[in-house]
Amino acid sequence: MELVGNASARLDTTFAALSDPTRRAILARLASGEASVSELAAPFRMTQPAISKHLKVLQRAGLISRDRDAQRRPSRLNAAPLAEASQWLATYRQFWETSFQRLDDLLDEMKTKKKQ
Amino acid sequence: MFYPDSFQVSTPTDREIQVTRDFRAPRQLVFDAFTKPELVRRWLLGPPGWSMPVCEIDLRAGGRYRYLWRSDADGTEMGMGGIFREIVRPERLVATEKFDESWYGDEALDTTVFVEQGGITKITITVLYESTEARDTARRSGMEHGMKAGYDRLEELLSSM
Repeated sequence: MELVGNASARLDTTFAALSDPTRRAILARLASGEASVSELAAPFRMTQPAISKHLKVLQRAGLISRDRDAQRRPSRLNAAPLAEASQWLATYRQFWETSFQRLDDLLDEMKTKKKQ
Repeated sequence: MFYPDSFQVSTPTDREIQVTRDFRAPRQLVFDAFTKPELVRRWLLGPPGWSMPVCEIDLRAGGRYRYLWRSDADGTEMGMGGIFREIVRPERLVATEKFDESWYGDEALDTTVFVEQGGITKITITVLYESTEARDTARRSGMEHGMKAGYDRLEELLSSM
């Protein structure tokens, strides 16, 4: 059961980190390659300390890792927790999405029958 | 494809999952499609490759329902059921839900609301779990029972949240 608890707590941390639009935009940027704080700050019109705060949250959630040694300390994306969170919601979405598309067809059929 | 675009899945609180969707049909028809077994088993199937050999619905407060899905490919079965707590035709359904394979043990409470406006019926399904752990574990165990979606790409995740 401990494993389940850990996995669940990990998902919570991931979703909390993903709940902010700036952090999602940072992840989207990192999906195309690593970047330093100043490179990340530029397009967001935010100060570097503000970006650093977001990076810390992402790092705690295990969504990114940062190079300790290099002076630029570039951030890079860690795909695993993201894939886990993504798959969790994606499965749920897919079940309903495919079911609802079938329901659209069924409702059309019911409407036609009703008219006859 | 306007109506599929209305589809949303969200986690409004840490104990809930909510699904919303618009349908181009009167509320009574949508309500029927959600509550008549011969209709439910035609659409509530998830991804292609599953059928619903058992679909029983006793539509009254205190009445039971029972769903069983079976994979065409390997015969894997997944069942769930519960008890109706509240029925307001054709507006609102409240029922408990419990999956056969659930190892979190708890029941969840499903509330489905049907609202019609200008010929469009919006449905909102809210599943309330007893705890955050139960919610996450429930969806995880569902995932492990065959309905594998494959990994979404990052952009898809970002656009869906």
